[in-house]
Amino acid sequence: MSYYIDLAFTGLVYGCMYAMMAVGLTLVYGLLRILHIAHAAVYAFGAYVAVIVANGTGNIGVGFLAALIAAPLFGMAIYRLLYQPLLEYPPYVAMIASIGLLVFMEDGFRIAFGEQGLTFAHNPYPTRLYDFAGLTVNSVQVAIILCATVCLTLLALFTSRTRIGVGWRATVSDPRIATSFGVDVVKVRYLIFAIGSALAALGGALIGLLNNFVEPTMGFVVSYKALAIIVLGGLGSLRGTLVASLVLGVVESYGTIFIGHFLDRDAIAFLFLIAVLIVRPRGLGGVKAA
Amino acid sequence: MSAYAFSVLAIMGINIMLAVSLNMITGFCGQFSLGHAAFYGSGAYAAAYFAAAGAPVVLALFAGIVVAGLLGLVVGFASLRLRDDFLAVTTIGVSFLFVGFVRKQAWLGAEMGISRIPPSGLGSEGNALLILACALATIAFSLYVNRSWMGFAFHAVSDDENTARTIGIPASAYKLVAFTLGTAIAGLAGGLYAYFTQFIVPDSFGFIVSVTLMAMVVIGGTGSTLGVVAAAIILTLLPEAFRFINDYRLLIFGGLLVLVVRFAPEGIAGLGRAVLRMGRRR
Repeated sequence: MSYYIDLAFTGLVYGCMYAMMAVGLTLVYGLLRILHIAHAAVYAFGAYVAVIVANGTGNIGVGFLAALIAAPLFGMAIYRLLYQPLLEYPPYVAMIASIGLLVFMEDGFRIAFGEQGLTFAHNPYPTRLYDFAGLTVNSVQVAIILCATVCLTLLALFTSRTRIGVGWRATVSDPRIATSFGVDVVKVRYLIFAIGSALAALGGALIGLLNNFVEPTMGFVVSYKALAIIVLGGLGSLRGTLVASLVLGVVESYGTIFIGHFLDRDAIAFLFLIAVLIVRPRGLGGVKAA
Repeated sequence: MSAYAFSVLAIMGINIMLAVSLNMITGFCGQFSLGHAAFYGSGAYAAAYFAAAGAPVVLALFAGIVVAGLLGLVVGFASLRLRDDFLAVTTIGVSFLFVGFVRKQAWLGAEMGISRIPPSGLGSEGNALLILACALATIAFSLYVNRSWMGFAFHAVSDDENTARTIGIPASAYKLVAFTLGTAIAGLAGGLYAYFTQFIVPDSFGFIVSVTLMAMVVIGGTGSTLGVVAAAIILTLLPEAFRFINDYRLLIFGGLLVLVVRFAPEGIAGLGRAVLRMGRRR
C-alpha cells in the first residue's frame, strides 16, 4: 500500500515540475500562438547556469539566483531575436525555428560541457530525508512542491489582482482592444517571456538538484511532454495546464509500473494525451481564457 | 559511381519521397503533421517483418504501404476532430508512441531492431535506382495532384475549411485521402529503406526524423513540390558535406534551421518567387 502512495508522491513531484515548465509555454501560446519548444532549452539552460555557478562559488543558493537572473534574459532574447521577426508568418514557421534552437542548444551544451553531464560538487539536499506519517520524502522533493505552489499562487494573484496582470489577461484575450485601452502589448510579451523562463529555469535547476545530475538532453523529452500538457490543459488555459501537469505526473508514475513492459515512460504520456483528446478534443480545461 | 555515391543517392531518394509526401498532407491540405517518421517507420518495420518471414520483395513493400496507409488513415480520423496546434501536438505524440511501442516489442526485435532482412536481389546499385525511380514517380504524382481537382480541393480545405464545406467540398473525406496517400508513400519509402540497409532499429524513426522532414517542407516552401524537393536534396547532402566534423552535425543542423527560417521564412520557393519578381521588374 505505501508503495502506491510513494508512487503518487513521486508523480506529484514531477507534476509540479511539469507545471512550472508548462506555465511559460501556455502563456506564450496564449499570447503569440507559437508552440515555444525552445522553452526546454531555457529549462536546461537554467539547470546548467545553476550547477556551474553553484560549483564555482560553492553556494547552491547563488547558483539558483544566477539561473533566475540569466534565464529571463535568455527567454526575452529568444522572443526579440527569433519570434518577433516571424510573427507575420504562419505560427509553424516560428515553431520550426524553435525546434532548431532546441537542437542547437542541446548539442551546444553537449559540446561545451561534455556528454556525461555535470553534477553539483556539494549537494546534501537529496539525501536529507523527512518522514511524513510513513512516507519518506527528501528535502528537494519538498522544495519542488513548495516552489511550484508559491510561484503559481503568486502568478494567479498577480494576474487577477494587479493592473499589469489584468492588462496581461486582456492582451491574451484580444491584443487589438487591449492596445486601444492603453496596454503596452510589447511590454506584456517581454514580461511573459521573462516570468515563464524564470519558472522553467527554476524547474530545471530543482530537477538537476533532485537527481544531482544535469545533462544536455534533459530538456528534450520534457519539452514535448510540456507540449502534451498544455494541449491537455486546453491550450492557453492556466488552470487546465495546472490540472493536466499534476494528472500527467501521477499517470506516468503508475503507468510505468502497470504498462511499462510494452510502452516506455515517454510514450505513456502521449498515449494518455491521445486518449483524452479522443474524448475531449479541446482538452481538460476546455474554456478559452487565461 | 562508387558504392558511397549510390548510398547517398538512395538516402536522397528516400528523403525526397518522405518530404514530398509530407508536403501533400501539410502543404496541400494544411494538416500539420510532426509524426511522419512514425509512418515511415511502420512501413519499414512491416516490410522488414514480411521480408524476414520470407515474403517476396513486392509483397513486403506492399505490406509496408498498406500498414503505413492504414495507420495514416487512423491518424487522419484524429485530424477530423482536432485542428491546428492540437493536431500538431497529437502527431508529435504519434511519433513518440511509435518509437516507445516498437522499442518494447520482442517480436519486432525491441531495441536491437530487425537485422535478418534478406537482400532484394537487385544489388546496391539496383536498389538505389529503384529508390530514385520511386522518388521521381512521387514527384510526378505530387505535381499531378497539385493540378488536379483533388489538389484544388486540398488547397481549399487548407485555406478555409468551413468555406470549402459551404461550396460542397467534402473536407473530411479529402483530409482522410491526403493522410492516407501521404502516409502510404512514406510506408513505401520505409520498405525501400529496409531493403536498402537490411537492418533497422527504432531510433532511425524517432522524433528528430519527423522534425527534419518538416524542416524540409518549411525550408523548401510549404506547398511547393519542387521547392521541397530542392530542400530535401540540400538537407541530405549538407550533413554528408559536413561529415568531417561529424561530432558537430546536430549543432550545425539546429543552427542552420534557425538561421534559414529566421531569414527566409517562405523557404526556397519564396526566394525563387522573389528572384522571378525581380527579373520581371527589369
